Amino acid sequence: MKDTFDPWAGLRRFTQARIALGRTGDALPVARLLEFQAAHALARDAVHQPFDAEGLADTLSDHPTLLVRSRAPDRASYLQRPDLGRRLHDDDLALLSGMRCQGQGPKKSYDAVIVLADGLSSRAMHDHGKTLVDELLPRLAGWDVAPLILARQARVALGDDVAAALNAAMVVMLIGERPGLTAADSIGAYLTFSPQPGVTRDAERNCVSNIRPDGYSPALAADLIAWLMAEARRLKLTGIGLKQDRPPALPGA
Amino acid sequence: MAYSATVGRTTYRFDDLKTLLARATPARSGDLLAGVAASSDAERVAARIALADVPLTTFLSEPLVPYETDEVTRLIMDGHDGTAFGPVASFTVGQLRDWLLSDAATSDALSSLSPGLTPEMVAATSKLMRNQDLITVGRKARVVTAFRTTIGLPGRLSVRLQPNHPTDDPKAIAASILDGLMYGCGDATIGINPATDSVGRCLELLSMIDDLRRRFDMPVQSCVLAHVTTLIQVMERAGPVDLVFQSIAGSEAANRSFGIDLSILKEAQEAATSLKRGTVGQNVMYFETGQGSALSADAHHGLDQQTMEVRAYAVARAFDPLLVNTVVGFIGPEYLYDGKQIIRAGLEDHCCGKLLGLPMGVDVCYTNHAEADQDDMDTLLTLLGVAGCSYIMGVPGADDVMLSYQSTSFHDANYVRSALGLRPAPEFEAWLKQMGVMDGDARIRPALSAGSGARKLIDGVAA
Repeated sequence: MKDTFDPWAGLRRFTQARIALGRTGDALPVARLLEFQAAHALARDAVHQPFDAEGLADTLSDHPTLLVRSRAPDRASYLQRPDLGRRLHDDDLALLSGMRCQGQGPKKSYDAVIVLADGLSSRAMHDHGKTLVDELLPRLAGWDVAPLILARQARVALGDDVAAALNAAMVVMLIGERPGLTAADSIGAYLTFSPQPGVTRDAERNCVSNIRPDGYSPALAADLIAWLMAEARRLKLTGIGLKQDRPPALPGA
Repeated sequence: MAYSATVGRTTYRFDDLKTLLARATPARSGDLLAGVAASSDAERVAARIALADVPLTTFLSEPLVPYETDEVTRLIMDGHDGTAFGPVASFTVGQLRDWLLSDAATSDALSSLSPGLTPEMVAATSKLMRNQDLITVGRKARVVTAFRTTIGLPGRLSVRLQPNHPTDDPKAIAASILDGLMYGCGDATIGINPATDSVGRCLELLSMIDDLRRRFDMPVQSCVLAHVTTLIQVMERAGPVDLVFQSIAGSEAANRSFGIDLSILKEAQEAATSLKRGTVGQNVMYFETGQGSALSADAHHGLDQQTMEVRAYAVARAFDPLLVNTVVGFIGPEYLYDGKQIIRAGLEDHCCGKLLGLPMGVDVCYTNHAEADQDDMDTLLTLLGVAGCSYIMGVPGADDVMLSYQSTSFHDANYVRSALGLRPAPEFEAWLKQMGVMDGDARIRPALSAGSGARKLIDGVAA
């Protein structure tokens, strides 16, 4: 039975928190119960959906791409052993090392390598990976960027192995973020200048998070990432020494 | 010293005490990650067989983390109460487990024993307990603390109202607080995890809750779960600080990674106590812990994560906290993989904390990449209700929109209170009745008719 007075109507607009859900006895009404289960299901599916790296590579056919794996053989190992997800598979390490930048003179290395990784949401990469790359690459005119690397069962630090193997001065790791109930399709971008496998700490990275159409839009995120990359190259560092609070507008971006 | 035991036809050898404890621990991903777990079920049981015969006094002579370099070890060793330890001084770990479950181990006996137990003794004993043993002992070990409400009385279950918001918007937080109050939650504390750890933000949020509390004469205590150093500054600026919060862990190095040590906790406790803001008690500290936090800070000294967790309780008990809770499933599947591991860890943490004299609550929770769901949380919540847990979290719809994880909801709190006949803290219960939020049958059914207390509260916040 409904009360004529709905005290919650006015309060609901203040917050996205799940308030004013109503009740049946002490329990949640069925609609609210199923709403929650749907959000949780989307989040779990985003974590467990296999990363279709080949499919993503096809959509990125304008650019050279390479597929690599971490040392985590499957999702269950990946979730329990973050150490395995941080390292490149031996075969792929050899593959990338064979392709390292061989430039001579002042051009001894790639300026940057961009990695697209499943992380904790392959769905984020499926849905927005291409869009973000298409926004970002045009902002990197004049940069010598390595082939795009698509990485399976990867954590952020896997990019350090990739950059070291390819001889890239900087790595931009685009990775599926841990899904929440509100959004299960966010990409995080982690920038690391001169990464050292096994040594680089998280405080030496810069991060742009919540990249998705309804969050930090791919276009705005690409602006910020390109600005951070330029600053990192100028300052020769990333992390707490590179403040990203108020980046200036990029001329021509 | 090395230990050994035989299971089947294999004799297993354990090089030292910390290895023995780790191998005896029920399986969990964090110990595998640390490389300290048993490699088979048989090895695990062999370790338990050997552990059962270890005299408790061994833990007093063999520190697992070096005394010289770790202030938590010094706190444990220097603070050990030999007189309280007396009744069990001749026991082995296995004998302590049997005694704890015996009729002789009454609530009073456990309270008297508590200062005589070290975290390592308690952790070791818990490894020889099944879930039902953890529940039985946790239920017998009563710990009562107080500030404006009394926490931990028999037959009571309190709730921390957790009204977080991604941008700390005061109006949004107030709306969640009101929602929680209408479900009878908030008697443990109204505790906000701030998105921004700043003095100004803390002052703003604490003042908002304090105004609400005074206007409606609510017996509650507030807390903004900012860093202890931030709260000290808020107190220096005369902010209305009821409780001081801090995350703590079981080694000096892990605590340093949180930016704290024992002396800063002491300073905060003295500052908050001197404000004398409590009415029915003066327990002013609120701590959070969680298995795996020391390992994630690479400060676990080769110990298993559960033993490290119980060492954190030694830090907590030095400061007479009002509330301590383990955020059991928050840390993720690399430490506790699935519902089974989270449930076990929640029961361990509650039992071990209570044995060490702490007012233990549990954040019954999980992340989306763990193999767990609301059914697992219902199970753990129910078990903790049976175990006499002091308090749980109350989050709108179980979905923390700031921290992005799932905990227990206001509805969950009412479920477990109703199912097990548990009631809110007495001061808060009286207020709920007076406001018409609780009906004559002690059910939470707010009377929303014009002029009712509940209606005034709603209109007051909505305005």
